[in-house]
Amino acid sequence: MNDTNTQMPATDDRPVMISVDDVTLAFGSKVIQHDVSFRVKRGSIFAVMGGSGCGKSTLLKSMIGLLRPTHGTYLVEKDNYWAGDDASRVRIGRRFGVLFQSGALWSSMTVGENVALPMQMFTRLKPDVIRQLVELKLGLVGMLHAIDQYPSELSGGMRKRAGLARAMSLDPDILFFDEPSAGLDPITSARLDELILNLRDGLGATIIIVSHELSSLFHIADDGIFLDADQKTAIAHGSPRWLRDHCTDPMVHAFMHREQLDSSSSAGNG
Amino acid sequence: MNTSVNGAPQWHLQPEANRTLVTLSGDWIAQEGRTPAFPAGALKDVPHDEPVEFRTDQLGRWDTSLISFLWELKRSAREAHVNVDTNTLPESAHKLLDLLPEIPPEPTPPPPHHFAPVAAVGQFTLDTLNEVGCVSEMGAAAARGGLASLVGRGMMRTVDLMSDLNAAGPAALLIVGVVNFLVGAILAFVGSVELHKFAADIYVASLVAIAMVREMSAVMTAIIMAGRTGGAYAARISTMQANEEIDALQVFGIPVSSYLILPSVLALAFTMPLLYLYGCLIGMLGGFFVSYIMLDVSPLGYFHETIQALPLDQFTFGFIKSFVFGTFVGLTSCRIGLKAGRSATDVGIAATKAVVVGIVGVIALDAVFAVIANVIGI
Repeated sequence: MNDTNTQMPATDDRPVMISVDDVTLAFGSKVIQHDVSFRVKRGSIFAVMGGSGCGKSTLLKSMIGLLRPTHGTYLVEKDNYWAGDDASRVRIGRRFGVLFQSGALWSSMTVGENVALPMQMFTRLKPDVIRQLVELKLGLVGMLHAIDQYPSELSGGMRKRAGLARAMSLDPDILFFDEPSAGLDPITSARLDELILNLRDGLGATIIIVSHELSSLFHIADDGIFLDADQKTAIAHGSPRWLRDHCTDPMVHAFMHREQLDSSSSAGNG
Repeated sequence: MNTSVNGAPQWHLQPEANRTLVTLSGDWIAQEGRTPAFPAGALKDVPHDEPVEFRTDQLGRWDTSLISFLWELKRSAREAHVNVDTNTLPESAHKLLDLLPEIPPEPTPPPPHHFAPVAAVGQFTLDTLNEVGCVSEMGAAAARGGLASLVGRGMMRTVDLMSDLNAAGPAALLIVGVVNFLVGAILAFVGSVELHKFAADIYVASLVAIAMVREMSAVMTAIIMAGRTGGAYAARISTMQANEEIDALQVFGIPVSSYLILPSVLALAFTMPLLYLYGCLIGMLGGFFVSYIMLDVSPLGYFHETIQALPLDQFTFGFIKSFVFGTFVGLTSCRIGLKAGRSATDVGIAATKAVVVGIVGVIALDAVFAVIANVIGI
């Protein structure tokens, strides 16, 4: 096992934005992932990868404050997220923007109202300024035409783009995307990738993506971890491209090359 | 862009030889609320053949508010037929700006409201008739499904029927009991005041018995069940609608009428008459409780008077009424759930509507039954 290459050499000297140390996630007595540790550098696009059901979304849930880990620490810059009280979590959470898997738009409000609500709640901006920023954010995701439509009138991809506009509502510096390009056509998906890169470059946001869209991950992500459902922990660290080209773990290799896992080699390794 | 200048966001326009220079400086952060708007006519005097360029070396931190400002600028430039050279902006700002459409969409005007009472009444009548038809059709389909189930070819699962029966029966015993007990007690209270004046205390027993068996128990139980179970059916089915679960059933060819609706309606139609009998009993117990404590009535006398006052056909009539109420509440609430839209608000609206239609419908049906009873002389 020692010759297995699962850790990308560190070359990145940007400051650390998020550190996760020995985090264990469990529902009751059922452990989903244990002893997961990683660092996310400021301004990087960090991919959380792994097969279906390995706990990617659960990890994301704990990072956005919906699930308390049973063990471990989670720091956002210097702030220990789970150590503080509710008020401190809300304060740290104001830096987050989250794009949920199916958009999670509030169905009783129009798309424009969805994007405007966080601004109305948390800023003192004037209604016309808010309206202008809402138009801008919807314009960035190409959804300006749907500003007065209700989520139930939109297609899945449109809901996702509207959800992205809402996630950017307060100009957060940490964005979490849960399966951003799943269910989108290749053109929209490529456009979304460009948008994510531009948001990172333009607004300096740190982005954490849960995804298994390989082509998109190779294109945009510059760091990441690979979670395994059987070992219930992170089995490789590095950018998707590095994992594809250098990682020798058979599971990661099969995933990155869209191959079937050779059962004999995995048995010999496990 | 991370170099912090920490000044207020500022811009100014300066005509130069062969170009117009827009200088941007300071921190452009939306939430600080200080970012200026681009005035509409500011590019009016700019010569058409000279481009607008940008100087950004004084620009500090910025977020989407800067992009918003530049977007405005770009739009007014378009109106004034002036070229904007966005390549002179920081590259990421230029890229974000390129994602935005040139022309903002026209706001859609709100639909005009006409005051047309006759049309509204007509539409309401048509809608109501249509609904009556739909509910009857659904009832017929469910009944066909029920008959198919009887010969073993149905699509209803026993486990669904059992869980619905449990939710509509044993789980409702407490609330039905409490309400009917109190109704019986209240009837006894009210009756005793008047009857006592005539030394006719013992007739409290027959008053409570007749009132409970003929009207109160059936109606009160139906209203409780409309609020409790009818609302739950509507919420459940409309949530399934919102999650495309109903669509999935239809694609598999599983008939919604016998898979979903039949067990719900059967459960209510079956438990409602039983709950009615239970309610009668508990109501009379409530009446007895008050009479025993407040009036000079012996338990045996109360029992005797109750038996005297109640011919069996009163029970039959109430029993039939309850069955109809149960079927009505079950069918209408399922129909309202199926017809609901796909948002969270729609689920709320469906549940509310099911309760309102259920309660109003039960009372209206009861009035119809009163007329029938009068005609056939029960």
